[in-house]
Amino acid sequence: MVCREVLDRLSPFLDDELDAFGSREVSRHLESCPSCAAAFARQKQLGETLRRDLEYHRAPDLLRARVLRDARAAVRRDEGPFFRAAAHPWRWVSVAAAVMAVAGGAWLVASLPLMAGGDAATREAVSSHVRSLMASHLTDVASTDQHTVKPWFSGKLDFSPPVTDFSVADFALLGGRLDYLQGRSVAALVYQHRKHIINVFVWPDTHEQAMLASTRQGFNVILEKHAGMAYCMVSDLNPVELATFARMLTAVSLPPR
Amino acid sequence: MTHEGRADRDMPQRSLSPRQMDRFHESVLPYLDAAYNLARYLVRDPHDAEDAVQEAFLRATRHFDGFRGVDGRAWLLSIVRNACFTLLRRRRSGSEVVEFEEEMHSVEDEASGPEADLARTIAAEQLHEGLARLPVEFREVLVLREMEGLSYKEIAQVAGVPIGTVMSRLARARRQLSVALTAGPEESA
Repeated sequence: MVCREVLDRLSPFLDDELDAFGSREVSRHLESCPSCAAAFARQKQLGETLRRDLEYHRAPDLLRARVLRDARAAVRRDEGPFFRAAAHPWRWVSVAAAVMAVAGGAWLVASLPLMAGGDAATREAVSSHVRSLMASHLTDVASTDQHTVKPWFSGKLDFSPPVTDFSVADFALLGGRLDYLQGRSVAALVYQHRKHIINVFVWPDTHEQAMLASTRQGFNVILEKHAGMAYCMVSDLNPVELATFARMLTAVSLPPR
Repeated sequence: MTHEGRADRDMPQRSLSPRQMDRFHESVLPYLDAAYNLARYLVRDPHDAEDAVQEAFLRATRHFDGFRGVDGRAWLLSIVRNACFTLLRRRRSGSEVVEFEEEMHSVEDEASGPEADLARTIAAEQLHEGLARLPVEFREVLVLREMEGLSYKEIAQVAGVPIGTVMSRLARARRQLSVALTAGPEESA
């Protein structure tokens, strides 16, 4: 392969979208051609810059409330959607609750002491993640059914963690277990994405904190406090997919009515 | 966004059975943030983005019967991007319209790729500025790839173009952005 052909393929090579043959040809060329290797390094750096520095705009709460209201209004009334919805009260936010939350200024930006507290929680969460993998004690209740996992926690915890199975998006719920973080009992929800295990630690916290991503001992960690709960997600999954998962998780974890 | 825009918006129709609502909840609603983020980068205005996303979710509930696959994210995002492009066309009408053509919007393709080294840290403002100057079709593929981590196949589904087009758009978007960032804000106009 000559330089021109290699440079044309750098972008799909970077995205792992070349076939095995093409990919081998490009990497062989890069090993022997410093100028193409430098071009590749620049492309890679641009991607890292974009992923790190571009702001991810999360949906404002008022939009969330409008979308949920519309969706609820789209359900055929004769089949009794409100009774069904009442069975999963945590799924629904009333417009009034959202408006009050916004008006009340409940959305506090993370403060420094919070970050420090978050840091300790993060450290303990990573240790616990490692323990759960090594001791082959991943779950106390092994079930892919959210309606089995959620009730299992009641009576064991003084709060009710939101439990949703995201199998349709390839984040399958494996089960849950009790764990301890920062001197208190927490819910640990276990998910699997491809070969990657994700531990989600959940405990009540009335602060609000935007998604805070970090890396510790080679694991990616996301800490977020939202709608009365703190979520700490730990996995060896790459940061982009872990963030996708975090957004799905908190999107359905709405303030209770 | 104007109030005329709201007036012609479709109202919710009672199109979902409770069972479908459950599926909608599990496979589409979790991507609300992804939908809003894409809309923000496409239309570049918070209010227009909210309108486009709300409109897209309304369409999604009405056409949920047509949702066959398991990839709720790509399905929703394609509806969102269409809502955004409709909004952009409406916004542009009256002013000079530059239709996007695949071969037009490219910077000099030089085999030696003489992009100078990117500064180790590029100011976030400069990055947003560079991104804002790209054709919206280029911003779209960059956001879907770098922020959502979608595969080329999924991006093709969202944008409604062949995979080969996704590949060439991404390559040229990256090249154009890195040239803009190296040239500095005053030269890239």
